[in-house]
Amino acid sequence: MEQKIQLIKSKANAMRKMIIEMLAKSNSGHPGGSLSSTDIIACLYFSVMRHNSKDKEWTMRDRFHLSKGHCCPALYCALAMCGYFPESELMKLRTYGAMLQGHPDRNTPGIEVASGSLGQGLSVSLGIALAGKMDKVDWRVYCLMGDGELQEGSVWEAAMACAHYKVDNLCAIVDYNGFQIDGRTTDVMSLEPLANKWEAFGWHVEQCDGHDVGALLNAFDRAKHIKSKPTVIVAQTVKGKGVSFMEHNVDFHGRAPTQQEREIALRELNCNGCDCNCSN
Amino acid sequence: MEKVYPRDIYGKTLVELAKKDPRVVVCDADLSGSTRTAIFAKEFPDRFFNFGVAEQNLMTASAGLAVSGKIVFASTFAMFASARTTDQVRNTICYNNFNVKIVATHGGLTVGEDGGSHQALEDINIMRAIPNMHVVVPCDGPEAREAVLAAHKTDGPFYVRLGRGKSVTLENKKPFHLGKGYMMEDGSDIAIIACGIMVEESLKAREILKKDNISAAVYNMHTIKPIDAELVLKIAAKFKHIVTCEEHQITGGLYSAVAEVAARKCPVMIEPIGVEDKFGKSGPAEELISAYGLSADCIAKRIKAVLHA
Repeated sequence: MEQKIQLIKSKANAMRKMIIEMLAKSNSGHPGGSLSSTDIIACLYFSVMRHNSKDKEWTMRDRFHLSKGHCCPALYCALAMCGYFPESELMKLRTYGAMLQGHPDRNTPGIEVASGSLGQGLSVSLGIALAGKMDKVDWRVYCLMGDGELQEGSVWEAAMACAHYKVDNLCAIVDYNGFQIDGRTTDVMSLEPLANKWEAFGWHVEQCDGHDVGALLNAFDRAKHIKSKPTVIVAQTVKGKGVSFMEHNVDFHGRAPTQQEREIALRELNCNGCDCNCSN
Repeated sequence: MEKVYPRDIYGKTLVELAKKDPRVVVCDADLSGSTRTAIFAKEFPDRFFNFGVAEQNLMTASAGLAVSGKIVFASTFAMFASARTTDQVRNTICYNNFNVKIVATHGGLTVGEDGGSHQALEDINIMRAIPNMHVVVPCDGPEAREAVLAAHKTDGPFYVRLGRGKSVTLENKKPFHLGKGYMMEDGSDIAIIACGIMVEESLKAREILKKDNISAAVYNMHTIKPIDAELVLKIAAKFKHIVTCEEHQITGGLYSAVAEVAARKCPVMIEPIGVEDKFGKSGPAEELISAYGLSADCIAKRIKAVLHA
């Protein structure tokens, strides 16, 4: 287990560096939420999910849907590292004619359903889960949502239906970083008591630190054994996690780092875990 | 003359399809009795999902089923299918080019007594504007069946618009081919291009005009998207005057689709008969059709005015 955790952590760190590189290069995009969701996506792609980049249509694969589509840089990094497409594509992000669009679409290998318009992913995942139930197969559906996104009413239409149809093959994750474009969720539109809301809607709720790989893996594992209910993991995260000046900084919701910021960010991420105080 | 509810035919056609194709799944949003998907639900309860009064979820969950290999028929009223869920339809169903076949019932003024809030008059416009979407407006029960069969066998998203009321089963129909309109009755003075229930009204108008020695041709343009450009150009080349008839705003629907083709390659005067930038009202369907200028009498009057202008 410890070995697995270390592997995921190192993959997540590599993802964060790529996210900074690709966003600095494209000079647009969403670093804050990409960095807050990195550890969750790393856990899924490097441990939790059954998938094979060499056989994208493998019928028994687990399905992943990024409902918070704007955080696709993190997903693109994971997909590239898993071999779905060459890493060289990452640096063409958001350019005309590139495979990697500003928000995910189906021309990217490994993307099952386009996303970007918020509040639709849980419902899409419900449809996928229902198909899995109909076909009596044992693959699972994972849906990563943002916290600001939960303000969309359509999320709760889907939440109600997921419980009604008892899709225990569905696991939703909320990247609860506490920020949205206009500021703190507590200022813009409060979400609390969030776990209670999901419980009241009939869900099994797991709560953990969304950057604690061990805790995330345990939560995903418990979710697999919950029967007759969907599971949501409310993952407490830090917007901009891993780069000191991006952490808890709403300015980096939708702003790419400058070249200077890129260098500082990469220096910090290269020193990840060391004691050299490089961020100062 | 036989009169049937096209939505009844829809429900039965779903059963017919499902018996042959295990991929067929049907979804609804608490209107299964009205849309007649309940006929399917009774036969195939395990392949039917009712999402309650939640149309957004209806559309995106249908998309999720479709990406998993199902051919999904999603039904609710035209009002909600088009306006309530445009984002879901555009960004999740059409952007992904999924096999979600939206069959919306209760389109147009003939919803009747429920009034303006329930009379979808912009739905064709909305759906036609979205890339990948096919739009079909059948004229009667048997054509509704053909449209549903075409939607089933053709890849990609569909919007099939059905009405609430019974339709007379029309004679002189030709075999249904998606994207191909056809002439139902020949004429020499003016061409009427119609869709949906307005095909019947146009045929009746043709009979009225006959008495005044006006010879009107009637074309059934059941597919609004892709519009049959070849046929439109043929009509535009043959007739000095064309009228379009639709139970819809004159903006963005059949009139627009026809005019867009003709204006480009064969400009000709086209008179739109439809709802002119107004909301509907409560009342019996027949009264409404007259009040909004869509009845056979109104069509005949308008045509006479066009020809004598």
